[in-house]
Order: sequence, then C-alpha cells, then structure tokens
Amino acid sequence: MKANCWTGRNTVEVQNVPDPKILNARDAIVRITSSAICGSDLHLYDGYVPTMKRGDILGHEFMGEVVETGPEVGDLAVGDRVVVPFPIACGACAACENGLFSVCENSNPNAAMAEKLWGHSPSGIFGYSHMLGGYAGGQAEYARVPFADVGPIKIEDDLPDESVLFLSDIFPTGYMGAEMCDIKPGDVIAVWGAGPVGLFAVASAYMLGAERVIAIDRFDYRLKKAREQAGAETIDYEKVNVLEALAEMTGGRGPDACIDAVGMEAHHHVGPIHAYDRAKQATRMETERPHALREALIACKNGGTVSIIGVYGGLMDKFPIGSVMNRSLTIRTGQCHVQRYLKPLLKRIRKGEIDPSFVISHRMSLDDAPRGYDMFKHKRDDCTKVVLKPFSSAAYGTPRPSGGGA
Amino acid sequence: MSTQTAPTANGRYVPNLTQPPPNDPLPRALGWASLGLGIPQVASPGGFARAIGVRDDPEARGWTLLVGARELMGAAGILELGQPRPTGWLWARVAGDAMDLGLLLAALRSKPRHRNRLLGATGAVLAITAADVAAAMRMSSHPELHAEPGPLRARAAITVRRPKEEVYRFWRDFENLPSFMEHLDSVEDRGGGVSRWAARAPGGRTVEWDAELVDEHPYDHLSWRSREGSSVENSGSVWFVTAPGGRGTEIHLDLQYDLPGGALGVLIAGLAGEEPRQQVREDLRRAKQILETGMVVRSEGSPDGPMARRRVRQRPAQPLVGSAS
Repeated sequence: MKANCWTGRNTVEVQNVPDPKILNARDAIVRITSSAICGSDLHLYDGYVPTMKRGDILGHEFMGEVVETGPEVGDLAVGDRVVVPFPIACGACAACENGLFSVCENSNPNAAMAEKLWGHSPSGIFGYSHMLGGYAGGQAEYARVPFADVGPIKIEDDLPDESVLFLSDIFPTGYMGAEMCDIKPGDVIAVWGAGPVGLFAVASAYMLGAERVIAIDRFDYRLKKAREQAGAETIDYEKVNVLEALAEMTGGRGPDACIDAVGMEAHHHVGPIHAYDRAKQATRMETERPHALREALIACKNGGTVSIIGVYGGLMDKFPIGSVMNRSLTIRTGQCHVQRYLKPLLKRIRKGEIDPSFVISHRMSLDDAPRGYDMFKHKRDDCTKVVLKPFSSAAYGTPRPSGGGA
Repeated sequence: MSTQTAPTANGRYVPNLTQPPPNDPLPRALGWASLGLGIPQVASPGGFARAIGVRDDPEARGWTLLVGARELMGAAGILELGQPRPTGWLWARVAGDAMDLGLLLAALRSKPRHRNRLLGATGAVLAITAADVAAAMRMSSHPELHAEPGPLRARAAITVRRPKEEVYRFWRDFENLPSFMEHLDSVEDRGGGVSRWAARAPGGRTVEWDAELVDEHPYDHLSWRSREGSSVENSGSVWFVTAPGGRGTEIHLDLQYDLPGGALGVLIAGLAGEEPRQQVREDLRRAKQILETGMVVRSEGSPDGPMARRRVRQRPAQPLVGSAS
C-alpha cells in the first residue's frame, strides 16, 4: 500500500510499504477514506520530537471502513465506517477506567523510552514517534487499529467524512481545552493560536457558555476565520501589544481563562526574543519555544485557569512560576482523552450545533502529502487544514482552496 | 528469600528495600574534568598540543583530536549515559589514562623542546590516573553497584487493576511465566512444587534447570529457587499487596542470579542489552498487559511488545513483512 513516511527533518515521502496485518486479537484493519495533517505532525516534521525513525508512517487523524477484524473485536464488523481516536487505549487499566485514555498504562510498548524523558509513560499514539509506541500512522491507504473494541466510533448515518473526521483529534482537543477552563457565566476566554485546534477551542468555549472569546494570532486569514466562522474577537499580536489589549478588553481583569493552542514552536513578534529561544531550542538547551504559554500565564486574571492543549515535548526556560504561584493560577493540561468525547461531540455534530469541516482549507490525494506538509508548515495559500484522500487521487489531484466546508 | 520478608503491622508482606547507591561526588568531578579537557582538545588540537609541550604537527594534532573525542565520550558516559552507576565508564577512563601516559612517554623520548611542560603534563595525568583508579574501585566495590560476576539482583514493582487472588493464581502457575518473562522459553510443572525451566542462551543454545518452590503464602507471597547443582543458580521472590483505595494489586518482584560460571550473566547481558532491572520492569509490564488486557501489546516498531532489547533495535513504524512474531 501507499503511505506517507517520515524520512528525516523537513522531509516526508509517499512510499510503497507492506499492507498492515492483524498482530493482536483485538486489532482491526481500516481502509482509510480520509486522513488529516495535524499541527502536531509539524513538530515531527521539524525534527523536534525525539525517537523518530526513517520510514515511520505518520498520521493520527483518520477514518475509514473496517476491512478485517481480530477474533476478539466483538462490536465492530467488516464494512463499518469508523473514526479512530489518536490515543491508543486498552480500556482496562486504571487510567482508562478513570477516563484518562491518553495516559493508558498498557498501550505503549516502548513505555520505557517515555519514562526516561518524562518519568512515567502516556499512551501510545498512531504515527507519533517510537517513544509513543512506534505505531504505524494513518496517512496511508490502510492502518492497523489496536484495541479496536475500545477506541473507534461507528458513524452510522450519512454525515460526510469531513464533518466527522476531526473527532479523531482536533475537535475533542479544542473542546477539552475549553472544558478545562471550567467556564462560568460571564467568562471571557482568550485563545492563543487560531489554527484548527484554536478554532475548535473558540467554538467549544462558546458551546460551554463563555461570554466572549478572544483569539490571538498573526495570520490575517486565520484571524478572519476565527471571527467569521467561530465568532471570536481577534488580536493580531504583530500589530498590538497583547497584554495591553487583553487588559483593555476585560476592564483590567484579564481573561478568566487562557488556552494555549500553540505549543512548542511558538513565534515571538520581537525578533531578538524569538531568536533567543529559537537558538536555545536549536542547540537543544530547551525543547520548547514557549512564547504563547508565557504570555497566557502573565495575561490570565488572578485565580484564573491556563489550559494547555498545544503540544510540548520536554523542558522550557523562564517559566513564570512566580506569577503562577503568587496569583493563584491553575494550570490544566493533557493530550486529549478523545475516547471520552466521541459520543457527546458526535451528538453535537448531528444536532447541527457545529460542522467541523469549516476548518478545512485544502483537500489533496495521499500522493500530495509532501506538498501538503510544506504548505501547512509555511502557511502558504492560506492553509489552515489539509485533508488527504488516499483513494481519490483523480478527484483531488490538485488543491482546491476553499473558504469553508465542502 | 523468605527471610527478607516480614509482615508489617497491618499484615502486608513487603520486601525490604536495599541501600540506595551511594552519592559519590568524585565520578561526577571526573566527568566534568573530561569535558573540560575534551573541549579544547577537539576545538583546537594544535593549541592544546603546544600547551602541553608537544610538537605541533599533523600527527600530534591527530592524536590530540582522538584523545579529545575520547574525553568527550567519557564525559557523556559518566555524567549522563552511565548514571547512576558509571562504573564501566570510570574503568574506561583508567584505560584512557594508560593510553595518554603511553603517548606522553613516547613524546618525552623524542627529545622535545619543552621538556618541562611535558613532564608537568605527565605528572598531571599520573594524578588523574590515581583519582580515576580510586573512583573506579570505589564504585566497583559497593555491593549494589557490583554488576558482575557474582550475585546479580534486579527488582521492580507494578500495579495491576485485578484482584490479588487472580494475580496470585496467574503467577502461581509457573507455566505462565514465559508468557511475560523475556528470557524464559518454557516452564514445566513437575508437581510437588518442582518445575523444569528453560531459557534461551546466545547462539541458539538452551539452558535448563530445576526450580523448587521454597516459600508460599497463598495470595501474598511466593519464593522459588533453582535446585542445588543447577548450571544456573537463581532465585526469585514475588509479593502481592492489595493497593489502597481499590487500586488493584501491587506486584513486587525480586530476582537474584548467582553464577560462579557467569553463564546466565552472559545470557542476561546479551538478551537485555542493558541493566537487568530494566528487563525485569519490562517483564512486569508484559504481565500487567496480559492480566489487564489479555494480551501482550504489539506495535510495528516493537512487534514483540515491551522488551528491553527492542528499545535499542526499533523497526520503523511500518507494517511487518511476513507473519507477525
């Protein structure tokens, strides 16, 4: 089959690889109909996540049709249409039992690697380094899905792929980011990053009752999307001082909660400050460029919550712990426990409360994945979200820029 | 092994903890010294050669570069890779000192211009050698740090979300052990508390021995030991402790190998590719997977599941060719 493989820093290649096989009795094989490139894939692409190996198949946002099941997958059958959550979870350990699927205790066979870096290991993740399991990912024609009786959700109606695909990661991730803010009536929420996860965080914050949501980015087209499609007020951090603007917009209180939807490769508008963290990151003296997070912590109102859903990998520098401690801030974070949110969020999609396809800007064939990565990374052609269609090469041979859902 | 166990006040059986490794500042200081020497040697081999009174020619620069690279590797080994027990790295320093002394003596014999500088450098290396030998011997002599030969001990603990009775019964059937203990091929129950164990050895050989149950407290504790005269002397103890607040069962495992011949030491070192403690941890992880999910969890990169030796030999995360192992 064809699959998009990591072949080194800033390079991915569509290669011919063997078809996946059932390795465990609870596996299923899925023929992938839609697969997306995630902002966190760019951290792998840029070489900031250790333990990648040449030839690793990328991709953790995918859906498709079940074509084979292991003998112990009772509730899925060949022909079922499923969306697959990005964290792999056994459903039986203490973490899964408590709904903390992304820290499943059994799904990472390489847990020892993660323990060296982080103390304890989170769950395995599709196509996301060997430290997180060494699982083949879903930017491919087929994928093996372990614990298929726990993770995948069946889509039994005729909702198009593009409306349900993002249940695999970014919609629940944005939703959990908003949920962790514990939103109360009247709350003003600020969201750093108006990429796809940030857009879903904005939309989710409104769903959960926020009074106002403010999105912060520097790309016009992204801020426009946040305003027009998600109803956010926006701040362009290259044009105004974010802390001043937020103070003004909230009567000096600061946002009740702040969401970091940027993560480890943030950008700073002041050249030397960006260069400082960029250099430390390049020389591995820190693994993060934490500009968004630092600003979110400083901006947050006293006693407020900072919710971190942008991905971080290791150690950061100049973390404003004094501000956190003295101002009674709460930090909440985690890789999304997607399995928890599948049913409630599918229900919201069915009821028409949201159509997640609004984040899509480009549709391509799987063969075009390398171009998709390059375009997404450099934010060319107003790229917000790339969806790959492994079996529709003819229909999606050329990119079709579009402002919203199909 | 049962002598190491004593029920605590609340009736729980817990293993005694051994002394932690000593906190010895000398190895660290030597690691930093390696770094301090290695950087100028690699950055400016010619300048360094001149500073210690050696002729600055391509040959001397080549040797200096080589020595510098060795120092940097030694620094990485002592400060990072070998932590918390850089015993081997310290002995490697001693070997490096011998090499340096050889090079310096050769330079002294070649009628150098800066004889005094060279003598000074030689004196410094002699002093460093003494420190290296002292540190390496100190590390080697501490029982906990003493890897091989002699008794080799590994312990680990894990919590499994299953009732203690079930975990105990699974373990008490020794024939289940090979399903999660990486080095075991098979265990055959011969009845009467005696079992026949077989392990894989390098070169496709199999090592076999008889083991007997030496202590049994149903649902709490098991101890076993190879019978006298076995080619492979070893023993093991496991404790099952109900975790507080309905968190399942803690498994505490303690394995010990005593090998005059070193056969199993070789075997274990070869299989694990790193310290046995890591292998025991991986064994317990597999046991937890089997007890909680009914299987050993496999990925494309680690098709055999959690395994110490697989950590250094990952496959790419691509589907396997041929049948799964």
